[in-house]
Amino acid sequence: MFASTLAALVLLVVTPPTGVSAVDRPNDGGRAIIVTWTRSPDPVTGYRILRQPEGGEAWDTVGFTGPRLASFVDEGTPDGVRSRYRVLALTDGEPAESEPSGYAVSTPQWFNTNYIPALVFTFVFGFLIIFFLRQAKRGAKLFMRRIAGLDAVEEALGRATEMGRPILYVPGLSSIDDVATIASINILGEVAKKTAKFGTPLIVPNRDPIVYTVARETVKQSYTEAGRPDAFHQDIVFFVTDQQFAYAAAVDGIMTREKPATNFLIGMFWAESLILAETGAMSGAVQIAGTDALSQLPFFITACDYTLIGEELYAASAYLSREPVLLGAIKGQDYSKALILVLIIVGTLLAVAFRAPVLELL
Amino acid sequence: MNIANPLTPEGIWVWVAAILTMAVFSFLYRENPFYRFAEHLFVGIANGYAITFYWHRILVPYLFSPVSQGQKLYLIPIAMIGALYFTRFIPKVSWLVRFPIAIALGYGAGASIPRSVDATIIQQLKATIVTRASFADWQQGVWAVIILLGVICTISYFFFSSERKGLLKPISYVGVVFIMVGFGASFGYTVMARISLFIGRLQFLLGDWLGLIR
Repeated sequence: MFASTLAALVLLVVTPPTGVSAVDRPNDGGRAIIVTWTRSPDPVTGYRILRQPEGGEAWDTVGFTGPRLASFVDEGTPDGVRSRYRVLALTDGEPAESEPSGYAVSTPQWFNTNYIPALVFTFVFGFLIIFFLRQAKRGAKLFMRRIAGLDAVEEALGRATEMGRPILYVPGLSSIDDVATIASINILGEVAKKTAKFGTPLIVPNRDPIVYTVARETVKQSYTEAGRPDAFHQDIVFFVTDQQFAYAAAVDGIMTREKPATNFLIGMFWAESLILAETGAMSGAVQIAGTDALSQLPFFITACDYTLIGEELYAASAYLSREPVLLGAIKGQDYSKALILVLIIVGTLLAVAFRAPVLELL
Repeated sequence: MNIANPLTPEGIWVWVAAILTMAVFSFLYRENPFYRFAEHLFVGIANGYAITFYWHRILVPYLFSPVSQGQKLYLIPIAMIGALYFTRFIPKVSWLVRFPIAIALGYGAGASIPRSVDATIIQQLKATIVTRASFADWQQGVWAVIILLGVICTISYFFFSSERKGLLKPISYVGVVFIMVGFGASFGYTVMARISLFIGRLQFLLGDWLGLIR
């Protein structure tokens, strides 16, 4: 009896974690310290992490981890306060407490060094684009191949004008910081210039209040540039709601009631993409869609007449306007893509043939 | 059959939800007054909810409360710039709306460029480059090579400033095949998710409302 009780007690006493260290988490906005330790060799149920600020008496629990983990990020620590940590190995009996770590202090960093490759790429791409912009400004002839979806824009606008029916332009459902939204607004500007010229009614329902304001200013500017500022009126561009499916329901209603001859669904879309595209297809409108949302593109391809896939969307405003400066930007983007291809091929060759640590450089 | 009782507090909302669901589904036949009613109700409620949400959850706790207590006074000029959006209602000064638009666009582009370059170029580049570690298992190695070829061909499809001829023509054609295979897989996956949403709605109608299924 005594022997079995002693054996049970011995089993409940575990070796504490060792080598506890605490360091400021690099490349962050502060308020975080990384605590690491060497796990107890004995079976434990988990670890409890305690923090004590310098000069303080109490050890506060800041978190728990599972038995297989040996690190923890304390994301509640105040900046500029020196703190040390202990780790408790938890068991069914008494926890085993580690020695305290050295003091660490959390500070925010101005630069995220993880983004240095992104900075280098941005500079290189920027240089290429600026170089070709200058070439274009100097009058260099820049070629751009045909994009079927964009060739159809002119035809679709003509059809709407002939039928005396409006054009519906949906600028996506995302916010203004989405690249697809910015590309969509650029295309809207070109479409609006043509509708102003032909006198075709335009309908632009919006989901995002900021995008609505930008779209409205863009359309107004286009009508002015087309020499028809008098044709612009407040009701062309309007805000519907910022609720995704309420917006989809409202646009469906517009499609069936106003019967636009052409629907443009261009920008960022989510689950409502098929609802919009199917309704548009049922209403008999010519549909031109464009998005960089990979999961929504298949729906547009099946339900729309023309679809701009990813990069085609970004090239669209240059294609439609044929402005040399924008074409220069497209040329710069093409060279950036070529550079990416070269990096992939050369990187693979170096990594496979010479075991070069290519991935560590990126 | 155990239809939800419309005279109970829970039952009345089941009936309201079921009737609105049927009104929306009636759109499958054609646009009609029932759908129109549901659509306008939905938009109205969504806007009412959004206004109260922004007021109670954002403007009051993050702007009005701290500023009225003399804290975070730096928010005042920021709020004033934001308020310039409303100048569009005053024709004489409506040009002022361009200030917040310029800031929003500039910030949006600036904030998204590092994120996009890192996530959509550098991380993809790292994931595409084939290394010796990719061949740790032969199946994994084959897939790594297929992905590498797919990426090269797909990017080739998106060259706009040169005609598709010579070597570029077959490569970009293979790129289209890769794109369509990817879209096909994505289509099937998403359709399954949408069907499960429809099943959820039918379960509500046949179960919670009509009591035909449990």
